[in-house]
Amino acid sequence: MRDLVSEMARHITVHGVQIARNGTALLDVPHLNLAGPGPTLILGPNGSGKSLLLRCLHGLIAPDKGHVEQDGVPLNSNHKARQAMVFQRPVLLRRSVAANLEFVLKRQGLSRAARKMRIAELLIQGGLEGKARQSARSLSGGEAQRLAILRALALDPDTLFLDEPTSALDPSATQVIERMILRASAEGVRIVMVTHDIGQARRLASDVVMMQGGHVVEHGDARQVMDDPLSEASRRYLAGGLVT
Amino acid sequence: MQGFASEFNTAIALILNGDPELWAIVLLSLKVSVFAVLISALIGMPVGAALAVSRFPGRRILIVLMNALMGFPPVVVGLLVYLMLSRSGPLGVLELLYTPTAMIIAQVVLVTPIVAALTRQVVEMLAEEYSEQLRSLGVSRLASVPVLLWDARLALVTALLAGFGRAIAEVGAVIIVGGNINHVTRVMTTTIALETSKGNLALALALGAILIGIAVAVNAMVSTLSLRAEREGLRHA
Repeated sequence: MRDLVSEMARHITVHGVQIARNGTALLDVPHLNLAGPGPTLILGPNGSGKSLLLRCLHGLIAPDKGHVEQDGVPLNSNHKARQAMVFQRPVLLRRSVAANLEFVLKRQGLSRAARKMRIAELLIQGGLEGKARQSARSLSGGEAQRLAILRALALDPDTLFLDEPTSALDPSATQVIERMILRASAEGVRIVMVTHDIGQARRLASDVVMMQGGHVVEHGDARQVMDDPLSEASRRYLAGGLVT
Repeated sequence: MQGFASEFNTAIALILNGDPELWAIVLLSLKVSVFAVLISALIGMPVGAALAVSRFPGRRILIVLMNALMGFPPVVVGLLVYLMLSRSGPLGVLELLYTPTAMIIAQVVLVTPIVAALTRQVVEMLAEEYSEQLRSLGVSRLASVPVLLWDARLALVTALLAGFGRAIAEVGAVIIVGGNINHVTRVMTTTIALETSKGNLALALALGAILIGIAVAVNAMVSTLSLRAEREGLRHA
């Protein structure tokens, strides 16, 4: 059932979105259509508007102008209820590992027995099965981010937004997170992820959105954008040059 | 000097022998202050949390006012509560003046701003951290209040203990509204004031020692909980 719903809920479109603060344009995206299966990786230098765009797509920030649509309908609370987001720095409740998962499952109205079973499944999925009763705040960086992803997946989302989830992690922790993301994608969750790691974009992306100075400078198939970028800004960023 | 030593020895004997008058005063003090802190928690915590998560015109003024009330002189609070409860006051019909209830009311007025202000600080800090995540999870601003209060529980217990410390050591307000009536409204602080003026230093010293013991215990608990809260990444701003 989720696959069917997910297939239907894969179309995210940005129409004339603009955000400015104190007279400075932070985001200006006339049109962007995320229609493919994903994962979509949003790539670009610091301050290019990646995280702002992601928050707009998830409805956490309302644009000054324009709007975001999902399946041809302006983003609404029903869409948001089927979305989840994982932040760069995992925000975990000051409770145990299991209680962090319990929190979202309870909000979904699952019975106590169903919650217990789902928590056990999720903990195994994230390799945290031995840490259910441990304080979430005492987890390592990689474990904390795994828990944040598990908690997002506990919502059974159609779309999962991730804002640089591995930027503070070592390669092995990054690898585990990437495996979780690919698995979720394979199971039908639409992934939209921000990164500035070119290697990660190569490993994960189906399509890539390149950003610079609050604008989308390029969007297309990952291989095409990474190997033969059309814009000068993309070329310089991918070549490791300074992009301002 | 010998007189003081003898009073001191008598004070220790009063404590160790479980003098019924002494322990009745201690018990009444604890009852009044514990009740006052519980009522203050019921009022102050939701008010503080609501102020932390809501945004409305005049919010800053309310916060400044609440912070100012933390330092409100107890004697003035006693006077105001006295005026409210006195026979000709708006609540005179309840006949609460010179009862433990009047003392509880006075302490509630003193402690609630402390609990509310500290709760506001703690919850606002946590709300800042949780804000985007909770909104992403579909938790409304109102529904976030119990989540924030629960997750800030260690720091909030510290706020309650701070309020209790203020209540139990307070003398000015309770002496005005309680009247320091023997076996009715005589608490530790008012008894110490009275017995010292009468020259009965043994009872005053015994109560003083217990009061200091309570203050030290409360402060030790505050320090321990503050340390734990800090480890959890949450302490008073």
